[in-house]
Parts: sequence; structure tokens; C-alpha cells
Amino acid sequence: MRSLHRTIDRDDLRDALALAAAVGVVGASFGALAAAAGVPMSLAMALSLLVFAGGSQFLAVAVLAAGGSPIAAVAAGLLINVRHVPFGLAVGGNIADRWSTRLLGAHIMIDEGVAFSRARGSGRRARVAYWMCGTLLFVFWNVGTVVGVLAGSSVPDTDTFGVDAAFPAALLALLLPALRRADARRVGLAAAAVALLATPLLPAGLPVLAGLLGLFAARLPADARRDP
Amino acid sequence: MNWPAVLALAAGTYLLRVTGIVLRDRVRLPGRVERYVDLGATALLVALVATAALTDGTGFAGWARPAGVAVGALAAWRKVPFVLVVVLAAGTTSGLRYLGVP
Repeated sequence: MRSLHRTIDRDDLRDALALAAAVGVVGASFGALAAAAGVPMSLAMALSLLVFAGGSQFLAVAVLAAGGSPIAAVAAGLLINVRHVPFGLAVGGNIADRWSTRLLGAHIMIDEGVAFSRARGSGRRARVAYWMCGTLLFVFWNVGTVVGVLAGSSVPDTDTFGVDAAFPAALLALLLPALRRADARRVGLAAAAVALLATPLLPAGLPVLAGLLGLFAARLPADARRDP
Repeated sequence: MNWPAVLALAAGTYLLRVTGIVLRDRVRLPGRVERYVDLGATALLVALVATAALTDGTGFAGWARPAGVAVGALAAWRKVPFVLVVVLAAGTTSGLRYLGVP
């Protein structure tokens, strides 16, 4: 990556920074929540550095704060992270050719980065986008966590800023190119319906995985009209 | 939280991340299956969007959040720059909450 500064698309960098800023805010709220739940700073930092998967980190701390055992917290966190397996299948080609680099890139695989890279196809730009988005999110998430732990209860509720709406909106924006295809739209609608119906019934993480059932909507019945 | 729990979650999560990448490399997928893998990622991400936009825990998230997501989605569909999509979504939700919308 000798000419990294020339290979990075300015617009892509700006978009990734917008995501990273929002991630930093959520990271601060994670740090504050962990501190409030009595998680020592070293462990909160270790979670953000070594796990680097926001949903599972929040969930693990919440399970413990609610009186659950560490084993239950780990199990809940892992369950919510199972989606990384199909993500790796889909985006594995956008990481690197060399295994040493791939193993490093695996650690920065995150929902927003996967969507960010896929929105840019599968070529060189998609690969640069994967690394740029993943690295920026990693840095902002961890800096946010430190700030949150240190600031503790003086971190305002991030919902006040509407950050909870920013993430689904950003993901959806990144998904729009993929949703231009009719089969992807059918799968997406079915996946959303299944996940929403499953949410009151299944533990966290499973409803999103159940969204994979939406794949059954990929093909229309043979007598229905064909894709354009 | 203790160190064994953090390290177990970290190691397990990393293994999950690597598994998909290894599978992709080891198994030669025919084009049709490849398309399904791609659609699978779309399915998961849309499911994530839907649950993140509409639910909180096991219940409804309230109106402010989905309204912000809807404004962001509309903006994205009208090809508004990505940064603005993020700001509009957050701003709408934030504004509605300021006005007392749950």
C-alpha cells in the first residue's frame, strides 16, 4: 500500500468518517455504560479492542448487569456475532490475497464496514473501502470507549442525539445499490418481516439470523413473471 | 465481567469472523450459489436495519427513531450525499425527541 493516499477515494473517506464519528459517540456510551455497570476500565477497553462488535459488547455487559453469569454473557454475545460467518462468506474476497493480511482484516469485519465495502462492488475500490471503513471504525470505537469510561455518568444519553436512527439509516443507504435487483428486494422484504416477527419471541441475535429465511423469497414460483 | 469471559468472547468472535473467510476460500462455489451468498448478506443487513429501526429489546422502539430512519431512507433514495443521510436521520429523531415524541 505504498500509494495509499492516492488509492483512497475522497468521497469514500468522507462517508467513512461520517460513520466513524457516529460510531465514536456510541463507543462513548458503551464506555459510560460499562463504567456504570462496574466493569473495570481495563476490561472495558479489552472488550472494545479484542471483541470490537458493539452489539455483543452492549449485550454482554447488560446480561452481567442484570445478574447473569459470565458464561451467559459470553454465550449471548457470541450468538449475536454468528452473522459474521455469512458476512465473511460474502465479503471475504474484498479483504486481501495474502492470508496474513486476511487474518488481520478479519478482526475489523463489522456490519457497517461490510455494507460499505459491498456498496462499492468487489474490485480494488471495494477492498480499499473495507480497510478504510474498518480501521476508522476501530479507532473511533476504541477512542470513544476510553472517553466514555473516563467521563462516566457525564456522558449524555446518546439517544438524545438520535444516533440510534443514524445507524439503520446509514446501513439502508449502503444497501440501496444491492436492492436495485428485484430478487434482492424480495429477499430483503422477507428478511425484515421474519426478523421483526421473531423479535418478541427469540433471544437477541437470533431474529437477525432468522432473516436468512428471507432467501426463500429469492426465486419466484416458476409460473410468476421473470426478473427484468 | 472478568478476563476469562472477555477473552472467550474475543476469541469466539474472531473465530466466527475468520470462519466465513476460510470457507469462501476453501469451497469453490458455483455462480448460482455465489448469488445466494450475496443475497444472504443482504438479508442479514436488511434484517439488522429493520430490527434496529423499529425495535428496542423485544418491543417497539417508539416513533422518533423509525421516523428519523424513514427521513434518512428517503434522502438516500433521492441520492442525497451519505453524510447528509446520517445527519438528517439523527437530526430528525433528535428533534422529535426534543418535542416529546417517544
